[in-house]
Amino acid sequence: MTNVTLNPQQPKTAEMAQRMDEVKGRSLWADARTRFLRNKAAMVSLVVLVLVAGFAFFGHALSPWDNETIDWDVLGNVKEMGKPSLANGHFFGFDDSGRDLYNRVVQGTRISLMVGVVGALIAVFVGTTYGAVAGFIGGRVDNAMMRFVDIAMSIPYMFVLILLLVVFGRSIGMLFVGIGLTAWLDMSRIVRGQTLSIKNKEFIEAAVATGVPWFTIIRRHVVPNLLGVVVVYATLLVPQMILTESFISFLGLGVQEPLTSWGALISEGTSTMGYGTLWQLFFPLGFFVISIFAFFFIGDGLRDALDPKDR
Amino acid sequence: MHISMKSALFASALAFASPALAAGTAPDGSALADDQTFTYRVLDEHSSVDPQIVEDVSGSEIVRDLFEGLYNQDADGNLVPGVALSHEVSEDKLTYTFSLRPEAKWSDGKPVTAGDFVYGWRRLADPETASPYQWFVSVMGLANGEAVTAGEMGVEELGVSATDDHTLVVTLSAPLPYFPLTTTHASTFPSPKWVIDEFGADWTAPENIVSNGAYVLTEHVPQERSVRSRNEMYWDNDGTIIDDVVALVINDENVALTRYLAGELDRTEVPAGQYPSMKEEYPDQALSFPRLCSYYFNFNLSDRGPEATMNNDVRLALSYAVDRDIIVEKVLQGGQFPAYSFTPAATANFEVPTVDYSTWTQDERNAKAVELMASAGYGPDNPLELTYLYNTSEAHKKIGIAVAQMWKQTLGVAVTLENQEWKTFLETRGDHDFQVARGAWCGDYNEASTFLDLVHTDSGYNDAAYHNEEVDTLLGEAKSLEDPQANYTRIEEILAAEMPIIPIYHYAGVYMMSPAISGSWPVQNVEQNWYSKDLYKVAE
Amino acid sequence: MFSFIIRRLAVAIPTLLVLLILSFYLMQFAPGGPFTSERPLPPQVLANIEAKYGLDQPTWKQLLSYITGIVTEFDFGPSYKYKDRTVNDIIAQGFPVTLTYGTIAFALAIIVGGALGIAAAIRQNTWLDYFAVGFTIGAQVLPNFVMAPILILIFTLWLGLLPGGGWNGGQWNHVIMPVIALSTSYMASVARLTRSSMLEVLRSNFIRTARAKGLPENVIIWRHALKPAILPVVSYLGPAFVAMVTGSFIIDSIFSTGGIGYFYVNAAFNRDYAVMMGLTFLLGSMTILFNMVVDILYAWIDPKIRL
Repeated sequence: MTNVTLNPQQPKTAEMAQRMDEVKGRSLWADARTRFLRNKAAMVSLVVLVLVAGFAFFGHALSPWDNETIDWDVLGNVKEMGKPSLANGHFFGFDDSGRDLYNRVVQGTRISLMVGVVGALIAVFVGTTYGAVAGFIGGRVDNAMMRFVDIAMSIPYMFVLILLLVVFGRSIGMLFVGIGLTAWLDMSRIVRGQTLSIKNKEFIEAAVATGVPWFTIIRRHVVPNLLGVVVVYATLLVPQMILTESFISFLGLGVQEPLTSWGALISEGTSTMGYGTLWQLFFPLGFFVISIFAFFFIGDGLRDALDPKDR
Repeated sequence: MHISMKSALFASALAFASPALAAGTAPDGSALADDQTFTYRVLDEHSSVDPQIVEDVSGSEIVRDLFEGLYNQDADGNLVPGVALSHEVSEDKLTYTFSLRPEAKWSDGKPVTAGDFVYGWRRLADPETASPYQWFVSVMGLANGEAVTAGEMGVEELGVSATDDHTLVVTLSAPLPYFPLTTTHASTFPSPKWVIDEFGADWTAPENIVSNGAYVLTEHVPQERSVRSRNEMYWDNDGTIIDDVVALVINDENVALTRYLAGELDRTEVPAGQYPSMKEEYPDQALSFPRLCSYYFNFNLSDRGPEATMNNDVRLALSYAVDRDIIVEKVLQGGQFPAYSFTPAATANFEVPTVDYSTWTQDERNAKAVELMASAGYGPDNPLELTYLYNTSEAHKKIGIAVAQMWKQTLGVAVTLENQEWKTFLETRGDHDFQVARGAWCGDYNEASTFLDLVHTDSGYNDAAYHNEEVDTLLGEAKSLEDPQANYTRIEEILAAEMPIIPIYHYAGVYMMSPAISGSWPVQNVEQNWYSKDLYKVAE
Repeated sequence: MFSFIIRRLAVAIPTLLVLLILSFYLMQFAPGGPFTSERPLPPQVLANIEAKYGLDQPTWKQLLSYITGIVTEFDFGPSYKYKDRTVNDIIAQGFPVTLTYGTIAFALAIIVGGALGIAAAIRQNTWLDYFAVGFTIGAQVLPNFVMAPILILIFTLWLGLLPGGGWNGGQWNHVIMPVIALSTSYMASVARLTRSSMLEVLRSNFIRTARAKGLPENVIIWRHALKPAILPVVSYLGPAFVAMVTGSFIIDSIFSTGGIGYFYVNAAFNRDYAVMMGLTFLLGSMTILFNMVVDILYAWIDPKIRL
């Protein structure tokens, strides 16, 4: 199995490596865009995601209600009177506290999309950089950086969050800090693993031999070769981030009533699913599922588009 | 004393002495089920089954089955003989002499003696035991109690002694009319010295434990289940019907309800808001009965509190604008009671005073509230801003949401809801670092002072930091009064006028209970001190 | 490799020490303590209790005696909340539970997830691929706090086939639902990572070369493509394995399994410091150990990777 890394088309000389790279550098993003635009599933998903985002930011305009006012006549009898109805403008019915569910889903979508996207971006940027640097430099630096990750993976996360709350008070900003703290850890381990393998390839060795600065090598040679895995893993992280938000909010650090999120809505809907108000689970979960599907196909499309071997 | 304790106890002792039940027949005459296993849900793992260490409700339920103290409670919450048959009170009301049941035995066959109680009570007070209920010796008013817990006196100085194996003498530091009521508390149960000496901290393991109650602990799988089975040595073993009691730990109340409906449980709680539909679907299984607990909001009258709520009118307005009927009928929907006084109506020998705003309609209250707010200088141009702090929980959240909307819609108050995880919440509230915070209290014993003591200036639970000389004096007097109702009435009236706290509702126990067991459930016992030995399952 | 393991174990000790010290101080700074309760304890009573557990000592002394206890007697101290038991008792009772359902769930995740991922990659854009993608997304988006109550509703209430909770010493019918609820999302992640990584490898030049040489497709996939393709999956599985065998709060609390996943979160809420430290120690040592195993696997997958 020694031919695993054999790559006959790689240029053998350092000079060629340099030139090839410049050619690639110019066409990489244009190529990727063309390929991505040709991917039907990804394009449909992108449209879906744009629609969901549009719903999140402009959906409230379609409804005469808001996300916090309680309808006292419905409260207490949501099961019978709180059903979804186009006639009275409560498109998604009522939540268990007698509030308009449509507007709550709209507003929850706004929070959760932001959480998912920001969390995934932090994971991608911090995790990739950290993992690639550790893996590429290797040795003691790698060992120290990875032991730090071991510690960060095992430290009682909840206390970190509580301390953040005590020190900085609650705010949406702190929610993203709380999410970001752990989002990148697994990513950095995956990226480092890939980097360890990539750095032994001949084109990297060639670049090292010609004295290209290490950070440039990481940026131009290593990262493009592991983007596929990064993008796919990032899409796996999105639903995790969105659900982690509800735990952070449980501690009082994140989103507070009357604001809400998909995580909170889904968990409320789950707790009442046995009592005849299934729409309370169905609508938020539906939006969650649709969006995660879209994220996944976009991720796959990006992966295909960015694959350097296809170029 | 509220009742003639001695004669009442003597009468019930007689009643107990002649059970003579025909085999297979329940006390109410119906046929008993073959399987006498009672299985119920508990929210969380119990803290301990050591009588002097246990501190949580579900642990105390187990301890009341495993151990037996001087007195038990009957289905209505009245005292009935346990290990003690009766007691006599001295002229100065400082000395209580209890006569113990000679036939009482530990599960290893040893007789239960007065010395076992002395050991247990000293153990409770001993600083080395570090019992979280150490302060209960002060509630009981035992002579030298505080000095012993502070380590200033030896445990031998505690006001309890045994003149012989079956006579226990208790000395109080001051007359306390309700002292006998405190002897049903788990921390006052006897402990087996020889077992504790032999096994140390492991003595409560099922394989080691020796107990004197109707049941012995036979199995304990933490965070899953605990099982207690009939104690053959128990003096009234023949009168005990339930053979095994199984407590299953189920954290999620909705999952617990699913498992109840699947027939895995005989009893579980009904989640907030689901009682009406449960009652409709299972009329013979959904139960609701009053509990001795009060739910309220604290204002913050300390230096750290907001300027606005220092104004008496603002506090009144905020209280008036809370529509308690909506809270109990539309949010909780479990037969709870709207509260206009702090002390629940269910409290024994307590008559709820009529405070003015309790008789108004909500429209009248709202109108008055708007007027008061305006006079305090708040209105559309100058809206009041408040933060309401609660600990994270579905039911607290729903109440917070509803009240915030009431204040907003009626008074134009901008309310920010803030939730915190339990311990953070306790710390924040204890530090008086809040504007309005939720609070709840369940009675330690069935007497109004267990509630009203909270508004005493020095109470550790006076989170509102309320201070009123008159209230403090009235509370002090009430301790030794034969009939303290007049004092309690006056205190409730002061509270209604100054409104340091907003009473919201008084609790109800809301359960799904198998029809086989519900006939014998003590629904009248507002403290819900239930004893498995008094339960039975009838054949369906 | 032997010297690699020795080197890593030597680093593991200071790593664990740093973890314990950090966690210890983190807990000290959090508001509330193990004996903060709804009913505030009188100062004297609180002092007695703290004296009993040594919490009246300066924090560095507490930490020192705690670490000494671990090193000399492997004693993690008493639980402040569940006073009948020690931390060692709690771990001894709860870890076998999560280890059992976690290992089964892990095996399922690898076997089913891996097989789905490989099959989907080989048959890209066929019904099999679509099924695999649909299944994995479905499993990923149905959070376990939604799935677990639905499983109980179906299998316990409606069908009456399985008990709704409890562990019963690990009897098979108590294990099924926790395993399903825990494994599906990991299964989905494994499948997706395997699929995309496999696709990438199948398009690489050396596979093209192998195809050009006329090697049979089976040989290409199993002998040449699989190994490099599982590299990112292995990276993912290290921490995932630790997470699975140390249990899940949601699984333990919904199914009342009595596993340590519940205690890990509950101890934090209760400020049960000793339990928290004991479980952090366990989690930390497993993380260090299995990330080391992952590194060893790297060298097996790609011999050019130097340990």
